[in-house]
Amino acid sequence: MAYSEKVIDHYENPRNVGALDKGAGDVGTGLVGAPACGDVMKLQIRVGADGVIQDAKFKTFGCGSAIASSSLATEWVKGKTLDEAAKLKNTDIAQHLSLPPVKIHCSVLAEDAVKAAIEDYRAKQAQKQKAAE
Amino acid sequence: MTPSTETAIKPRKTDRANRPQAPIYLDYQATTPMDPRVLDAMMPYFIEKFGNPHSRNHSHGWEAEEAVEKSRAQIASIIGADEREIVFTSGATESNNLAIHGVAQFYKDRRNHIVTVVTEHKCVLDTCRHLEQQGFTVTYLPVRTNGLVDLEQLKAAVTDKTVLVSVMAVNNEIGVIQPMAEIGAICRARGAFFHTDCAQAVGKIPLDVEAMKIDLMSISGHKIYGPKGVGALYVRRKPRVRLQAMIHGGGQERGMRSGTLATPLCVGLGEACAIAEREMGTEAEKLRGLRDRFYKGITDRLTHVYLNGDFERRIPGNLNISFSCVEGESLMMAIKSLSVSSGSACTSASLEPSYVLRALGVEEELAHTSLRLGIGRFTTEQEVDYAVEEIVSHVQKLRDMSPLWDMVQEGIDLKSIQWAAH
Repeated sequence: MAYSEKVIDHYENPRNVGALDKGAGDVGTGLVGAPACGDVMKLQIRVGADGVIQDAKFKTFGCGSAIASSSLATEWVKGKTLDEAAKLKNTDIAQHLSLPPVKIHCSVLAEDAVKAAIEDYRAKQAQKQKAAE
Repeated sequence: MTPSTETAIKPRKTDRANRPQAPIYLDYQATTPMDPRVLDAMMPYFIEKFGNPHSRNHSHGWEAEEAVEKSRAQIASIIGADEREIVFTSGATESNNLAIHGVAQFYKDRRNHIVTVVTEHKCVLDTCRHLEQQGFTVTYLPVRTNGLVDLEQLKAAVTDKTVLVSVMAVNNEIGVIQPMAEIGAICRARGAFFHTDCAQAVGKIPLDVEAMKIDLMSISGHKIYGPKGVGALYVRRKPRVRLQAMIHGGGQERGMRSGTLATPLCVGLGEACAIAEREMGTEAEKLRGLRDRFYKGITDRLTHVYLNGDFERRIPGNLNISFSCVEGESLMMAIKSLSVSSGSACTSASLEPSYVLRALGVEEELAHTSLRLGIGRFTTEQEVDYAVEEIVSHVQKLRDMSPLWDMVQEGIDLKSIQWAAH
């Protein structure tokens, strides 16, 4: 597979690899994909009181473009509000990385991972609020 | 290594301090570099001795014919056949097509059933599919978890309507060796012809068409340090196997495969067989040592690695290993100084993981994590040591960034999780 330089750069120097405490109230975790399909992404965000994503981390099992897509997604969501981050489009990732057609699903997975992390964070917040009431 | 190879082959410097310039070739089941001795044998037949081997009336033709016939005898010798039973082709794909299609079509009025195995090469399976569309019945036998056919199942599948049984001697992905003599005996007892794709077997394991009761055998040039674009089909004379030709023309190769023979390629295939026949024993011993060193180097330092296919009944030049939690294509990207291949879906156009590994019952997630490591005649100990280092360090690095590895470390059973398939 001939990859673009950007994919190779993200693959060789992945940004934001690691994990945040998934039990923490200000952390949202998204886990998407399936081992049987050959790719699983875990993407986590830490959200400040102002609703801005302060930190993002990922771990990915998958091919080079899956790793690059998740690496890029963490880079993009940092510093964004949750609403802004939720607007992240897989097509932007695919375009930025010049993904070949057979690898578009990797960018879809990255978008799903971001959305799942936001959803998880919001669910935690809602639960917290409910407990407070 | 024998003294004669030492003069011809210069091992590359590959110690760790001195990184190799070119990637290390560890894909000997895909193709092999030509042995320089083979090239030497071929060279005169391009310009100097260019005659058409089918020209019967002058010395240019006779010279080429003599070379082709010598080669035919060299090929016959390595499989215990008569030279009149060897038909030159363009490679094992053509040989497999000609054997299966040719026999099926010739005998279709008497028998219309074919037996093969799910782990065969695509050119066998696809030919069988094609025949199914033409009204033949095909039985695709499963394999056991070690990759070998179940002889009882085979015996039950072969009937008095079975014209041909096609089972490869050595699998191209996992290197396992099927029980040839036993399969041959079953076929002979039922009056079915036994065809075997020996592209990966010739020169790697001893083969004898008499002892193994083989009726048709496909041979490839470029898997045995010979040239690409040439192969052969062994077609038994006694009892005679008849074929319907696929390529029609001047009636060369006793009418089974028309077309002017490519003299230099034929000479190359013959020379490759002659070298393999002489050196098979010592080469297998050397490769077994390297293979064991390779396997031990990996398994000493990594846990959760699984060998695909039987370890004992396997050619010495092949390892096929799943590295749990590390996707094969990403691992190949990391070890780019090594030329290997993977059963991962991401390395295939179809996005399906290896059908061979799936047939063994290897879980899909482990099929995605497999590497095929093929070593051969020119592989050195330094190359193996370098490869071990590369693979181990990058598997560790990729596991550190794998969410699945975290789960495995936490003792979570990956199967217990409700994954959203996509």
